[in-house]
Amino acid sequence: MSNKILPLVLGAAMGAAATAAGATTLEDVKAKGHIQCGVSQGLPGFSNPDAQGNWTGLDVDVCRAMAAAVFGDASAVKYTPLSAKERFTALQSGEVDVLSRNTTWTMSRDTQLGLNFAGVNYYDGQGFMVRKDLGVTSALELSGASVCTNTGTTTELNVADYFRANNMPYEIVAFEKADEVVAAYDAGRCDVYTTDASGLYAQRLKLTNPGDHTVLAEIISKEPLGPVVRQGDDEWFNIAKWTLNAMINAEELGVTSANVDEMKSSDNPSIKRLLGVEGAFGEAIGIGNDWAYNIIKNVGNYEEAFNANVGPDTPLGISRGVNALWSNGGFLYAPPVR
Amino acid sequence: MAKSDVFQIRTEEAPLLPAPISTTGIIGWMRQNLFSSISNTILTAIGIVIAYWMIAPFIQFAFIDAVWSGENREACLPEEGVHAGACWAYVKAYFPQFIYGRYPTDEIWRVNIVYILFALLLVPLAAPSAPLKKLNAILFLGIFPILAFVLLTGGHIGISFSTWVFVALLALVGVAIAGVQMFVGGRDLNGVMPVLVGFVGSAIVLGAVFLFVSVNFGLTEVETPVWGGLLVTLVIAVTGIVASLPLGIALALGRRSTMPIIKMVSIIFIEFWRGVPLITVLFMSSVMLPLFLPEGVTFDKLLRVLIGVTLFSAAYMAEVVRGGLQAIPKGQYEGAMALGLRFWPMMYLIILPQALKLVIPGIVNTFIGLFKDTTLVLIVGMFDLLGQIQSSFTDPTWSTPSTGHTGYLFAAIVFFIFCFGMSRYSIYMENRLHTGHKR
Repeated sequence: MSNKILPLVLGAAMGAAATAAGATTLEDVKAKGHIQCGVSQGLPGFSNPDAQGNWTGLDVDVCRAMAAAVFGDASAVKYTPLSAKERFTALQSGEVDVLSRNTTWTMSRDTQLGLNFAGVNYYDGQGFMVRKDLGVTSALELSGASVCTNTGTTTELNVADYFRANNMPYEIVAFEKADEVVAAYDAGRCDVYTTDASGLYAQRLKLTNPGDHTVLAEIISKEPLGPVVRQGDDEWFNIAKWTLNAMINAEELGVTSANVDEMKSSDNPSIKRLLGVEGAFGEAIGIGNDWAYNIIKNVGNYEEAFNANVGPDTPLGISRGVNALWSNGGFLYAPPVR
Repeated sequence: MAKSDVFQIRTEEAPLLPAPISTTGIIGWMRQNLFSSISNTILTAIGIVIAYWMIAPFIQFAFIDAVWSGENREACLPEEGVHAGACWAYVKAYFPQFIYGRYPTDEIWRVNIVYILFALLLVPLAAPSAPLKKLNAILFLGIFPILAFVLLTGGHIGISFSTWVFVALLALVGVAIAGVQMFVGGRDLNGVMPVLVGFVGSAIVLGAVFLFVSVNFGLTEVETPVWGGLLVTLVIAVTGIVASLPLGIALALGRRSTMPIIKMVSIIFIEFWRGVPLITVLFMSSVMLPLFLPEGVTFDKLLRVLIGVTLFSAAYMAEVVRGGLQAIPKGQYEGAMALGLRFWPMMYLIILPQALKLVIPGIVNTFIGLFKDTTLVLIVGMFDLLGQIQSSFTDPTWSTPSTGHTGYLFAAIVFFIFCFGMSRYSIYMENRLHTGHKR
């Protein structure tokens, strides 16, 4: 008896609440008034806290957009920083409602973990960074190079595969933490630094002279990153999926947070449907018809989110590359709202 | 020719000459301590060179090359070919976050009140000359934690019905035991008073505390996940320190007890907690514990960490205190018993004051260790000072080659201030309390 009372007392004392079971995620979210969003413990430009303590980043904007779609208020989000190990358990156990944490969409994750990937908000891939004065322009010229990387990650395996496939000798210099890898590369312990391309841009800022280094064009792995939700709750899955699609469609249709009010009176039927002027697409997924309007008004379209967090004008300075719209030669392609 | 012409008798003392310049002042001190022999001179020279090697780059980094103000990373970027200095502008921009974590800006006054109260109560408690020690201790150890809890969390905690049942049960058990002692054991009312006061009194105190924290003072709720920085470090360290000392003393006494069950329990407790690393304790408390609890019951991560840290350091504290107890000669115990003192008065009046005084260095050692161990909570997703600093490295607005170094330097300075402060206070206490042991 007493061993059950103690936790009860303590639980009550700290204001813990039992999670209501059985309700759908959307009902849960509406009841508690916010979306619980799983983010990284800090990846520059994707999900990182700023000096005011607010979470910012491309992944964070997905959560904010979902909150805007559901509540019309992008700030109705609470963030749970998750380590790579905890992230899936946190989502499965219902600790978070959506996981937007630079998570690579792979078949095993999609099919075996009881999770659904709602789309891709950033096409990443492993790349190489070298010193400019090395004169290397292609990864194929890296024969005999020493390569700095993190230990025990797929990064290390990808490098091994790539160099072996191209018959190039190489030497791995591996460290436990990213900071150590950067320091070693900066100190000249190795010629090449390899990790996901988005990470290369972020780590480049920590180098003594970022301008002396360049990221090579070769990408040696596929890392499509996107938001993840629990499997078996299609209503919530739809909201996550179409939030992302709405942002991409808005960019394609030229709707931005600045002109969205004028666009409401646009003659373009696609824009009318997107902004809820025509049709009842929001109601069909359990939220208001002005869902996409709220997303664009509060968060912006994909281009705005990209430019504000990782784009060329930010310290990261990542160009759109494959993350451009399909119409601009990239991979981004969202099904139409109709 | 008179003899008096040859001999002169001095009638007044010769004036005292100052000591030779080579033995006094800085020069004398240096000759005596630094250059007293050839080998000493060589060692001094080597020492100076090493000190220069270490200190000069530090001063260069922390002061000369440092950037003191700026809006973003641009300010801290070094020019081509120049080594980057400390980016203090970044620490300035992030300072509130390092101190309060992500605590809502509008509510920071609550944290400030807690900080101020803490200082106001701690300083007179630590200064031997300040009056009203007992009242001060009650305020600091009894009232302050509850007040701080309400201020920091916002209070208005929903106390479940079962909690009130538990409090009522506690009181009832006291009354029942007293009743049994009176009617079966044949004791009078005075005889059962300690039991009655113990049980009913703690029930009343518990009830009052629960009532207080459940009152709505109109403060916004601030959940513990947004706490961070120095706030979390201090909450964990202070709670751990304050709670682990009495617990450790009790365990140490328990381990030396002649009662087999108490002795056994104490030994098992101490050896269990000393046998596992703190990191495991934290992991267990945050990952495993929820699996053991009944479904639907979760309790706050910070609370779990607090309990884990407290129990862990209590085990270490127990062994430190036990060392002190062993140093007290048997004659002290026998003398106390000969005076007719029972166990607790003997411990309270004779043994513990001597034993604890002996192990002040060990106790403070444990405190300092505990203070620094608070940084481990990062692995269970809480942001103490160091964690908060590390997480700020990921902000691209401030990402520069020197951001990391500056952040760690800042962390080192803050931790040093606290640990060095504790260390100096312990030395002060040792000197004040030395009675017959100091050489």
